[in-house]
Amino acid sequence: MLEIKNVYKTFNAGTVNEKVALKGLDLTLEDGDFVTVIGGNGAGKSTMLNAVAGVWPVDMGKIVIDGQDVTRLSEHQRAKYIGRVFQDPMMGTAATMQIDENLALAARRGLARTLKTGITKKEHDEYYELLKTLDLGLENRMTSKVGLLSGGQRQAVTLLMATLKKPKLLLLDEHTAALDPKTAAKVLTLSEKIVEENHLTTLMITHNMKDAIKYGNRLIMMYEGHVIYDVKGEEKKNLQVSDLLQRFEQVSDGEFANDRMLLS
Amino acid sequence: MDFLTSLINSMPGAVAQGLIWGIMAIGVYITYRILDVADLTVDGSLGTGGAVCVVLVLNGAPVGVALVAATLAGMLAGLVTGLFHTACGIPAILAGILTQLALYSVNLRIMGTGTGGGKANLPISVDKYSLLVSARYVRKLALNNPILVLVIFCAVLIGVLYWFFGTELGCSLRATGANQHMARAQGINTNITIVLGLMVSNGLVALAGGLLAQYQGFSDINMGRGAIVIGLAAVIIGEVIFGKIFRNFALKLTAAVIGAIIYYIVMNFVLRMGLSTDDLKLLTALVVAIFLTIPYWKGKYFTKTPVKKGGKDNA
Repeated sequence: MLEIKNVYKTFNAGTVNEKVALKGLDLTLEDGDFVTVIGGNGAGKSTMLNAVAGVWPVDMGKIVIDGQDVTRLSEHQRAKYIGRVFQDPMMGTAATMQIDENLALAARRGLARTLKTGITKKEHDEYYELLKTLDLGLENRMTSKVGLLSGGQRQAVTLLMATLKKPKLLLLDEHTAALDPKTAAKVLTLSEKIVEENHLTTLMITHNMKDAIKYGNRLIMMYEGHVIYDVKGEEKKNLQVSDLLQRFEQVSDGEFANDRMLLS
Repeated sequence: MDFLTSLINSMPGAVAQGLIWGIMAIGVYITYRILDVADLTVDGSLGTGGAVCVVLVLNGAPVGVALVAATLAGMLAGLVTGLFHTACGIPAILAGILTQLALYSVNLRIMGTGTGGGKANLPISVDKYSLLVSARYVRKLALNNPILVLVIFCAVLIGVLYWFFGTELGCSLRATGANQHMARAQGINTNITIVLGLMVSNGLVALAGGLLAQYQGFSDINMGRGAIVIGLAAVIIGEVIFGKIFRNFALKLTAAVIGAIIYYIVMNFVLRMGLSTDDLKLLTALVVAIFLTIPYWKGKYFTKTPVKKGGKDNA
């Protein structure tokens, strides 16, 4: 479903701030893979997701989604294949637009925007049912501006938007990191439910190693811009947090001690 | 008593001018509020609209055709600014300033076409040509009273824009202004929506320019100077007065038009109080600066309720 082949990306090349973010990254996802991604700060996790989403062009390498080479496509062109939820709850929704309008925008992902009405009555009713499944009471506030919602509510709406039109690939970029623990757990459970119900191929970055083990069928660890550890199936299920910490210690040679992963 | 009579006598004129500038203010509303771009092209495109309209009528075109052409010319100006910004990567404000400057020459050229050389001022007499609006009939109770014509114009425009911003395309434009990241993630080509928004906006501004030139009986190279500030003043006055009660989009646009009318009534009043016309632009700039400052200071120094963090309870 997704192939990342030998991708390189350097930011601020040739300056003192030069940062090699992706260094020969190779990763292949099978259809229906739910992959959790862990790694220290600056390991290239978010850069990988942004490279796939096409936020900027990569320096080298190839990205293929469902057999189609998207390396040269721009961000909005790739949106046809990709659903995204960002770390910042403010990023995924239009604050000044209504909840139903946001959903209607997402329902048209990958389609030409015409002069037909932006949201039909039929859609409105569908969204009512859909929002009901969130169990947040949002179905009764459909014409409220999204800016009035809490961070958790906004992430839940963004999650719906990302999956409303079934994407070939779902990218979750630490989408619960900005939420309090209780809300984070709720949004994570919701994510898993949606991914399973729709059989979505998913890449989920997390800083919580317990979550990384608990969710998905495959786990990868990144370090210095490439994948250094890749487990799936039974082996992944039996992983312990201590195993991951040990792995990490080995590759990072002790510098890991001050990483915030230690805290989780 | 004389003062009061002359003030009341000047009211119809102020309302008519306010309505024309209200159309211009709607254009500013589209860029400033919906697209979240401060577009300075309008100082030039207002004049372009006036120039195109007057030149075409002088050369024998019907006034309707002239107004459509003026609108299209304004859209072209918006297109140029849009391409400067999106395709060339020039910051929006600078892109607008560049187009505005270029339009000074372009407008002179337009006014020189078929009228014998470049002209900075081009009169058009309502006696010789059938114009849509003219200041001459502003106090007449007749069908050609410009206030009547302009109210219909505004109503139709607001209706069309209300429809447009409810369509898929209009919604994608609003999404672009609200959050470009989100818009692109939903497959919206934000470069195209920005260009489109600038075109619609400048089309409206040029239309206002065409109407203004007819109303005052001439097109002038300086007629657009400071237009952006008047447009902003209208938008902001409308929001300050009606912001709390006008929630509907059509009503928000109406508020901008009423804002423009209020602006002209106030300006008329202070001029009659003895303010020199030379000081008018200084006053306008100050008014806009004050109205832009109020919400900022309000948020900074007078926030009553503490900011709520996260959404633990009801998330």
